Amino acid sequence: MKFGTQIFALSLFAFAALVAAALGVDEPFRQHMWVLFFVLLGFVAILIRNTSFEAAAPIDPSAYMDGPVRYGTIATMFWGVVGMLVGVVIALQLAYPDLNIQPWFNFGRLRPLHTSGVVFAFGGNALLCTSMYVVQRTCRARLFGGNLAWFVFWGYQLFIVMAATGYLLGITESREYAEPEWYVDIWLTVVWVAYLVLFLGTLLKRKEPHIYVANWFYLAFIVTIAMLHVINNLSMPASFLGSKSYSAFSGVQDALTQWWYGHNAVGFFLTAGFLGMMYYFVPKQANRPIYSYRLSIVHFWAIIFLYIWAGPHHLHYTALPDWAQTLGMVFSIMLWMPSWGGMINGLMTLSGAWDKLRTDPIIRMMVLAVAFYGMSTFEGPMMSIKAVNSLSHYTDWTIGHVHSGALGWVGMISFGAIYFMVPRLWNRERLYSLRLVTWHFWLATLGIVVYAAVMWVSGVMQGLMWREYDEQGFLVYSFAETVAAMHPYYVMRAIGGAMYLSGALIMAWNIAMTILGYQREEEPMPASFPAIQPAE
Amino acid sequence: MGLMDKHALIEKNATLLLVGSLLVVTVGGIVEIAPLFYLDNTIEKVEGMRPYSPLELAGRNIYVREGCYLCHSQMIRPFRDEVERYGHYSLAAESMYDHPFQWGSKRTGPDLARVGDRYSNVWHVDHLSDPRSVVPESIMPSYAFLKDAPIDVKDFSTHLVANARVGVPYTDDMISSAKEDLIAQADPNADSSGLEARYPKAKVGDFDGNPQQVTEMDALVAYLQMLGTLVDFKNYDEAAGYR
Repeated sequence: MKFGTQIFALSLFAFAALVAAALGVDEPFRQHMWVLFFVLLGFVAILIRNTSFEAAAPIDPSAYMDGPVRYGTIATMFWGVVGMLVGVVIALQLAYPDLNIQPWFNFGRLRPLHTSGVVFAFGGNALLCTSMYVVQRTCRARLFGGNLAWFVFWGYQLFIVMAATGYLLGITESREYAEPEWYVDIWLTVVWVAYLVLFLGTLLKRKEPHIYVANWFYLAFIVTIAMLHVINNLSMPASFLGSKSYSAFSGVQDALTQWWYGHNAVGFFLTAGFLGMMYYFVPKQANRPIYSYRLSIVHFWAIIFLYIWAGPHHLHYTALPDWAQTLGMVFSIMLWMPSWGGMINGLMTLSGAWDKLRTDPIIRMMVLAVAFYGMSTFEGPMMSIKAVNSLSHYTDWTIGHVHSGALGWVGMISFGAIYFMVPRLWNRERLYSLRLVTWHFWLATLGIVVYAAVMWVSGVMQGLMWREYDEQGFLVYSFAETVAAMHPYYVMRAIGGAMYLSGALIMAWNIAMTILGYQREEEPMPASFPAIQPAE
Repeated sequence: MGLMDKHALIEKNATLLLVGSLLVVTVGGIVEIAPLFYLDNTIEKVEGMRPYSPLELAGRNIYVREGCYLCHSQMIRPFRDEVERYGHYSLAAESMYDHPFQWGSKRTGPDLARVGDRYSNVWHVDHLSDPRSVVPESIMPSYAFLKDAPIDVKDFSTHLVANARVGVPYTDDMISSAKEDLIAQADPNADSSGLEARYPKAKVGDFDGNPQQVTEMDALVAYLQMLGTLVDFKNYDEAAGYR
């Protein structure tokens, strides 16, 4: 029977969730288990509707397994729009606090929903689906482990749903970008180990002698995230039928463990993984080989070694001992070089193909992504200098920095990769519309510029107002005055975010129409070379 | 054979690549984090630190649950403006029993490391219920629902047990009297001598102004009112604590 084991196992888990919902010791846990129960029940219902008792068609072991990649692409688009929408909502809440709806939709509960939504749901699905796409094609091998890829995909979606609903119910460990509570963490660990087995297994059965550079980055990202996730989330539940746990470490040790994790969630999830994406999709779309093989080796090892050290720059001038702060600062500055190694390798891959910037909006998007990568990996080391950090820390400058990296680099390279993959995955001749890609490009780019510029101004202003003295030596501004001064910037920031979101909505439309098989009738993009005009 | 040729070995062996990457990424964490657990000077020697009382711990859990750390830091940096605005710069010792730490990373609102004793209980309840009624410029959400949410006191000792398991020095006495201590701290008419012996400097009071039940508002205000009040800075040796 098709799906027989799956239906049985899921029903068992659904029953366990029901029992936990009945026996749970705190209200949020009981509510969360009801959510789990209904989600699993939904899975079971879908499987039962799609089951059949005929013998399954034999699988061609030499064909690529693109089902999970297709689902992953759609999930990336869906979660991307959701995560960005929540971002716009919380941006508006900061400008207009009456938009908070207690208790579930207060800023404090929605903000983790936004960060996890864009980092793990959007970014994570982008990494899952592109890594499965890339590893098969660069290894010329089908994904390892039969249905393992489906388990990884659906298991990860379940993680997202449990994390997201948990935040709204107030279930959080308060560790930034690692907020889900212990039982959701355990589930993610299971899924992540399966992902590692899937990826490594596919590498091991490859038919190409060399492991392509994109896969180095994907592999380093998967294994490092496993290490970071497990250690940072070590905690002691108050009850195994309750939602609350207490972290294994306390105070200063806990702080550095968390930012060792937090900074490398950026370094490995949002950088190494997406560099893997860059190393496959930029050369493919530009139809040019990678600029320097030697550079890719040097910057790969340098970046994964140095990134891990950078965590303490989130704790400058705190109660963390000075020696650790200084180490963190020094390594953060060194990190500038291997980061730019990646940028140079990405940008120079276009040598000889720069004319495509005029004609190919997808290449334009990828180049902008790499350019933003370069900018934020310069800004980051600069902000890690203690003197600069004394001004920028605790302000909106940090938020601006994160968004120039996240919207500019992570977002744009993922959009580029999806635009590249979708026609190939669904066997379409081309995208529904290249003109709409151009629209997306400009809306997103302008949105980022507005967002980042506004946050620079408000961040620096905030930092300066906090430390401004009058000639008698008194602080000039009360804290409340500095909050009031932020209002216009918070409004403008929401506008920048809304522009970026509208670009993503155009993309979702474009992708959906492509998948459905439509092609928009439109004037083609200008040719690479202008037609030669006869002399008059 | 040049270094780049040797690298070809790694490029052709996925296991080697995996092990190599894992080794390379572990170094930084070991060098930076591990010493914090054994270097004696990581946590300054201070007088006055004690574990959270049950009501304070319940309040802290609400602080965590509502994501207060996303807008409020609890970490005063050693700068003139911060020390004048918020008080003595924060010490590592002050968060030694914090599982998890709440230093925060953003100040959309002010630092709260020493907010204890700065405002009255009534102010806190007003402010949490309707922030703009007391601070017109505030952009904080309303937390009025805390006034109607009772604290589940029944099995609260399990929370002390979990903390004890990760190293907080809760004694058996503290754990067995967790429920009574929690209720006694929110009731100004109760006998709180046991509570005050177990948790010196604990503030007793009807924090939310509603004597009928112990609410989440009671707990959160009790937590806010003790923040930064434990360490006795008159006896703190600044030079010895520097590291």
